[in-house]
Amino acid sequence: MSAWLTQHSAALAAAFRRLLAAPMSTLLSLLVIGIALTLPAFGYVLLDNLRELGSRASGVKQISVFLELGASRKEVAEIESRLRQASGLTWRFVPREEALKRLQQTEEMAEIVASLPRNPLPDAFIVEPADTEPAALEAISKELAGWPKVAHVQLDSAWVKRFDAFLRLGRLALAMLAGLFAAGLVAVTFNTIRLQVMARAAEIEVARMIGATDAFIRRPFYYFGALQGALGGLLAAGIVLGGLHLLAGPVGELAALYGAAFALKAPTAIGAAVLAAGGALLGWLGAQLSVSLSLRKFD
Amino acid sequence: MIVASNLTKRYPGGYEAVRDVSFEISAGQMVLVSGHSGAGKTTLVKLIASIERPTSGSLVVNGQNLSALRRSAIPYVRRHFGMIFQDQKLLFDRSALDNVLLPLQIAGLSRRDAIRRAQAALDKVGLLAREKANPIALSGGEQQRLAIARAVVNRPTVLLADEPTANLDSDSAGDILELFADFHRVGVTVVVATHDQSWIERCHPNVLRLDHGRLL
Ligand SMILES: Nc1ncnc2c1ncn2[C@@H]1O[C@H](COP(=O)(O)OP(=O)(O)OP(=O)(O)O)[C@@H](O)[C@H]1O
Ligand SMILES: [Mg+2]
Repeated sequence: MSAWLTQHSAALAAAFRRLLAAPMSTLLSLLVIGIALTLPAFGYVLLDNLRELGSRASGVKQISVFLELGASRKEVAEIESRLRQASGLTWRFVPREEALKRLQQTEEMAEIVASLPRNPLPDAFIVEPADTEPAALEAISKELAGWPKVAHVQLDSAWVKRFDAFLRLGRLALAMLAGLFAAGLVAVTFNTIRLQVMARAAEIEVARMIGATDAFIRRPFYYFGALQGALGGLLAAGIVLGGLHLLAGPVGELAALYGAAFALKAPTAIGAAVLAAGGALLGWLGAQLSVSLSLRKFD
Repeated sequence: MIVASNLTKRYPGGYEAVRDVSFEISAGQMVLVSGHSGAGKTTLVKLIASIERPTSGSLVVNGQNLSALRRSAIPYVRRHFGMIFQDQKLLFDRSALDNVLLPLQIAGLSRRDAIRRAQAALDKVGLLAREKANPIALSGGEQQRLAIARAVVNRPTVLLADEPTANLDSDSAGDILELFADFHRVGVTVVVATHDQSWIERCHPNVLRLDHGRLL
């Protein structure tokens, strides 16, 4: 156990030394890996923020149910009782008088409303389902439309659907981008390690002949790949944070123009850790592939 | 302790460097391997160190049949031997001390213990003062002694040396000879491939004479 620990800490220390031994090439590799991880990470943060923005946008989760003009109190009560029985809904009744009053409060409309001989507005219900998935909203509004005395059901579903489709496309593009850059990271590590194995050919040859196990020879390279990947991941997290910091001002101003308060959500420490772990995993994979291939000629 | 029976090594390409060789070396013995260039001395030494695998025949060291080893067991068997290579195989990207540390790192010693033992080995061959030097800055004799320090640092039961006095003047060669005699005295089995005629005469009759891979 203690020999095991000694060997692993020695391999880790060796990996650190190898990183520091060639600072220029280490820096370049880290930059390449960092940038490769930054793009998908940034895309992820952006999509996450968009999703947040979409789900917060008002009106999207509401269904307006307009009754026929001639609907009686009793018929309204009937709809109310049906809504009460349905689960997963919150709703609010907007009597036609209230709707008219609201319209009158709007400056441009006041005069027009005053000139009307009678109230042209119907009674309405504003329904908010708990499930805001586009498909669920669609199903509910279809059902509501079939109820008696319901004249019209309005759902801003086209917008919701478009936004959802856009998010899905974004996620797919992001996944493809991430896959591509992950492959790039593996390739970069592969090449770095290949060069290292060549540079250490003499050491590997002697070590083998005097009793080094495969694991002993491979371990420092694995640690090197993982370490380099992890540092690249942290660098990417730093770049994303920096980028968001630069964007925070303009985004705040933009949101203010629309009368909304919206701040970009920055990745958390967990996000940075995930990036570092992902980088480490890919680096380890690249090292594994490279070492397996490069060490063949020593057999 | 080292028993070879009908040992044969055929290299890829078909050349038989060692042919049907049988011998016995008992524990604590000092044995020389002699022969003309290309006779198969290096090959025989590498077979004993299980750096090369026999094509046929058997080789038993300390009761362990090296010709029937599993691949994964080979590294551990190699650690029983202290090997001094014909071309020394010193590493010129690190200090003398770090060269001697390598076998101890392979064995998984803690850094503190490893340094203590490596320094003791350097002291034994008279190179402690040069521990920080790069091997490239050492003389031929010093490099040879450094190679010996690396071979013995892990306290092997068998010391194998491939022409350790080649290219050395007689004084330096004498120093090396003394070192091997010391290890022999404390019970280490020593096998040396050499051309050195005076040494061969001194060790008579413990000399394996090879000729075109065959034992004379
Ligand atoms: N890896 C190899 N592949 C093919 N043939 C080899 C290999 N190593 C050695 N040989 C051949 O085997 C024969 C014996 O070689 P070996 O190195 O054992 O001789 P040696 O007695 O040590 O010679 P020297 O005194 O010159 O060191 C030589 O003919 C050599 O060409
Ligand atoms: Mg030779």
